[in-house]
Amino acid sequence: MYEFNYHRPKSLDEASSAAKDAEDRKILAGGMTLIPSMKLRLAAPSDLIDLADVDGLKGITVGSDTVTIGAMTRHYDVQTSADVQKAIPALAALAGGIGDPSVRHRGTIGGSVAHSDPAADYPAAVLGLDATVKTDNREIAADDFFTGLFETALEEAEIITAIEFKIPDAAAYIKFPQPASGFALVGAFVAKFGGDVRVAITGAKDCVFRVTEMEQALASNFSPDAIADIQIGDDDLLADIHCAADYRAHLVTVMAKRAVAQAAG
Amino acid sequence: MSTKVSMNVNGKPVLADVEPRTLLVQYLREHLGLTGTHVGCDTSQCGCCNVHLNGEAVKSCTLFAIQCEGQDITTIEGLAEEDGTLHPMQQAFWEHHGLQCGFCTPGMVMVACDIARRRPDADEKTIRHELEGNICRCTGYQHIVEAIESGIKAMNAKG
Ligand code: FES
Ligand code: FES
Repeated sequence: MYEFNYHRPKSLDEASSAAKDAEDRKILAGGMTLIPSMKLRLAAPSDLIDLADVDGLKGITVGSDTVTIGAMTRHYDVQTSADVQKAIPALAALAGGIGDPSVRHRGTIGGSVAHSDPAADYPAAVLGLDATVKTDNREIAADDFFTGLFETALEEAEIITAIEFKIPDAAAYIKFPQPASGFALVGAFVAKFGGDVRVAITGAKDCVFRVTEMEQALASNFSPDAIADIQIGDDDLLADIHCAADYRAHLVTVMAKRAVAQAAG
Repeated sequence: MSTKVSMNVNGKPVLADVEPRTLLVQYLREHLGLTGTHVGCDTSQCGCCNVHLNGEAVKSCTLFAIQCEGQDITTIEGLAEEDGTLHPMQQAFWEHHGLQCGFCTPGMVMVACDIARRRPDADEKTIRHELEGNICRCTGYQHIVEAIESGIKAMNAKG
């Protein structure tokens, strides 16, 4: 690993200015992706801004129609939060399926969302639950946030502070994990808000995306049968040694159907 | 450029100059000579490097020593009693032949204690699932799972 300067700011202001001043910074949250990337020299920032001591970035607040999770809240804390389990059980279950127990003791929601790994789980919840990503200088709607492979709407030195999720009437997340890594080959997050339905798919393209055709079909008939014949095209789907594009396209429909069945049940 | 880092390791305060890029596992093994914590991979997958950070299992290969400033770390060396009496989980691994070459064992034992803490009622299926982040190349896991089941019972009985 290459050398870097380490910063451990105590406040968000300090963190923001350290991030802005650095030549080539990375924000260190749980480090579960960043540190392995640095070990492999895929990332070699000049400066690491560790958010561990920044006040106010941890914790879960449940409002009447939202759940707000601080960026430094760990997967383990979301998984085991009685509040999240009650308000959005699908979100607690999703957090409990990330990585392994030791990884969940460190990994954070902010880190996962900022990284926008094409196979990560949290982006599916952010998009599926029509969340708002709050940063140190603005709020970004989920629909505008994920822009490509490891790409988001975040500016270079922008820091996520919290994610605000809308509480759905019903929701479920189902993934088909790659057996060795546990990452989603395809994962589907389905959420129902009154007459509206959102279907967010992770693992299949450069970044998480919605399937509007399924959303419309489910809005009038919230059952797996409603989307059984909807198959997304495989032109821009990921293909790798684990899974060909047409198989991923097939999995999108299967995972979405299972998620609908679970949410409806 | 190195920085002073202080933490408690196995109940003792330690202070050292480390580079920010020093991983916790390197610090434990190379600076403190605590070579019980192993490194089996470069990708956070094998779990051989598990230690407890403030009582919770974490992968010490995926953590900088500098992040542990002021924290409590327990390694496999910190489990047995001063007089050498094994921790109930270590004893269970011994009795159930939960190891062959022993390379994965420190990580397995540290994670097993963490399972016992979080899931004192864990059944066989739960234990297998909880071991998702630990790889063993020898045993086929059968005896590890049996050891953990028995170790959890022993830890529960001890209270
Ligand atoms: S050495 Fe840490 S997980 Fe393999
Ligand atoms: S006992 Fe050899 S790797 Fe597990």
